[in-house]
Amino acid sequence: MSPFTILPVLLPLIGGILILMARPAGIDTQRILNLILTTLLVGVGLVSFQLANSDIYQVVLLGNWQAPFGIVIVLDRLSALMLLLTSLLALGALWYAIRTDTDKQGQHFHVLFQLQLFGLNGAFMTGDVFNLFVFFEVLLIASYGLLLHGGGRLRTRAGLHYVVINLVGSTLFLFAVGTLYGILGTLNIADMAVAVRNVSEADQGIVATAAVLLLVVFGIKAAMFPLYLWLPGAYAYTSAPVAALFAIMTKVGLYAIIRVHGTIFGEEAGDLAFVHIEWVLLLGLITLALAALGVLAARALRRQVAYLILASVATLMIAIGINNEAALAASLYYLIHSTMIGAAMFLIADVIMKGRGIYSDSFTKAIPIDRPIVVGSVFMLLGIALTGMPPLSGFFGKVMILHSALNHPWFAAILSVVLIAGLLMIIAVVRSGSLLFYSVQKEEGQKTSPLNKSAFVAVFLLMLVSPLMVMFAKPLTDITSQIAGQLFNGQAYIDAVLSTVPYGDNSK
Amino acid sequence: MEWLVASVISVMTGCGVYLTLRARTFPVVLGLTLLAYAVNVFLFSMGRLQIGIPAVIDPAAAAYTDPLPQALVLTAIVIAFGMTAFLIVLALKARSELGNDHVDGLHRSDDELKATKHNSAKAEIERSES
Repeated sequence: MSPFTILPVLLPLIGGILILMARPAGIDTQRILNLILTTLLVGVGLVSFQLANSDIYQVVLLGNWQAPFGIVIVLDRLSALMLLLTSLLALGALWYAIRTDTDKQGQHFHVLFQLQLFGLNGAFMTGDVFNLFVFFEVLLIASYGLLLHGGGRLRTRAGLHYVVINLVGSTLFLFAVGTLYGILGTLNIADMAVAVRNVSEADQGIVATAAVLLLVVFGIKAAMFPLYLWLPGAYAYTSAPVAALFAIMTKVGLYAIIRVHGTIFGEEAGDLAFVHIEWVLLLGLITLALAALGVLAARALRRQVAYLILASVATLMIAIGINNEAALAASLYYLIHSTMIGAAMFLIADVIMKGRGIYSDSFTKAIPIDRPIVVGSVFMLLGIALTGMPPLSGFFGKVMILHSALNHPWFAAILSVVLIAGLLMIIAVVRSGSLLFYSVQKEEGQKTSPLNKSAFVAVFLLMLVSPLMVMFAKPLTDITSQIAGQLFNGQAYIDAVLSTVPYGDNSK
Repeated sequence: MEWLVASVISVMTGCGVYLTLRARTFPVVLGLTLLAYAVNVFLFSMGRLQIGIPAVIDPAAAAYTDPLPQALVLTAIVIAFGMTAFLIVLALKARSELGNDHVDGLHRSDDELKATKHNSAKAEIERSES
């Protein structure tokens, strides 16, 4: 156990408070502080990744109480990957927000930003279900503030929907946690996984109900059918850097499914083993089909990007639902890709929207934007990556997912839904690209606003992730398969958490 | 007593769900509050219902009730309280910005048209004027 382990959770919390106190010093100080803190967080993420890059689990006992009596913070390979991904994404989004002055549209953008990271990192590291609930609330309350940042009618309405659905989700979370506690008598994920093996036959139905209820809760976060309706509005009408940061929010739901359901209802759980998995697969397939239709039907670019994000989440659900080690490894590869590229897509939608002035991001004939070749090429590359065409990373992710599904009984359904949805998305994105960049007409007196080059750097760097992921596909897939291997060895996690001794206890 | 507590939870949940599905923001806020109450009582009863037994472990006492759900309920109450306060403020903001208290906004189609088509329509007018 290294005391360093807790730092990814503590740093953003302290950072948020620091930035709040720096408010009298003006927004420039807050910006610099936030940039330094987020850069530090990337460093912390890298070190965490290094720490977790072994089969040793880093377990921190909060308050020095031995598990399962106290709350534990666990750093394993999957948590470390998510931490690193979050910090890199945050850095890109923050840079864009600062260079476009988005943070000046309201108050406390930087404070909320750090608290959002606090909630996210906490959720990725906690080993306790109730603590997960608390971190969910932390990241949600920060996300409400960020979502509404800047104001506006449409944003307020979308925000209201988002808040209400998430409050319903929180209530359901408590119902599910309460039910599980009532039967299993513990809230520590590792301890619950042990307890679930000895559940009496009469109680199995109740535990299964709680498991599915928990899936509904995580499904709201991950935008799973039929609970995805909040996503297009919320993502399309919020400010671009926030939407980019929220690319990781849906992944929190997926992470929670992998962590909580994967550990508690894993192979060893007897009759309750994988009680959730067919639901994940089925709902993932339905979500993907509807998301592809949404992409086709969208009348404005930001809404279309929101549906593209939904499609990528659905693809991930399918990969989790296939439920084997190769599929999980492929889904993690696809997760890195879809988070970064999705975020870049939101940012470039904003660039295009600003360049078109009063025409905004609607699919209509408009004035040409500044530097159409640069922006258009990046848009095209992002479109290729996100819809899963070769040679970029989306294609490799999808191929690996489909390859891992070869022996699955539902292979035909998975293959056809993924491929048809991919085709529909390609058609839709090609159409929007040609409308946005070719269907233009110069007008007298209509000035094009110049491209914000320094902000565009963030889009470009996020876009670079995709070719890099292809170039370094071999080391990357090695890492993801190591992570998947560790996840499928649930017993090691349970042993590591339950055998950690408190400081100063030398009795063992 | 089990019957009483169970029916209290179920009535509150039922009313909460009904109110949450209403079209105006005020009933929705009330519904979410009721749901939060219901879940608090539910969490509390998950430590099993006991009468007159302390929650603090004491060697002198013969038995004790499970203290953990009580701690959980405390956390849940605080969080629900904060979230309700936030939701009320947001509902007020929505009331003033959207001009009505409908969850979807009364002029929904108008708003969306504005967001997508209005701008280009405005451009047309400007073009014809110039």
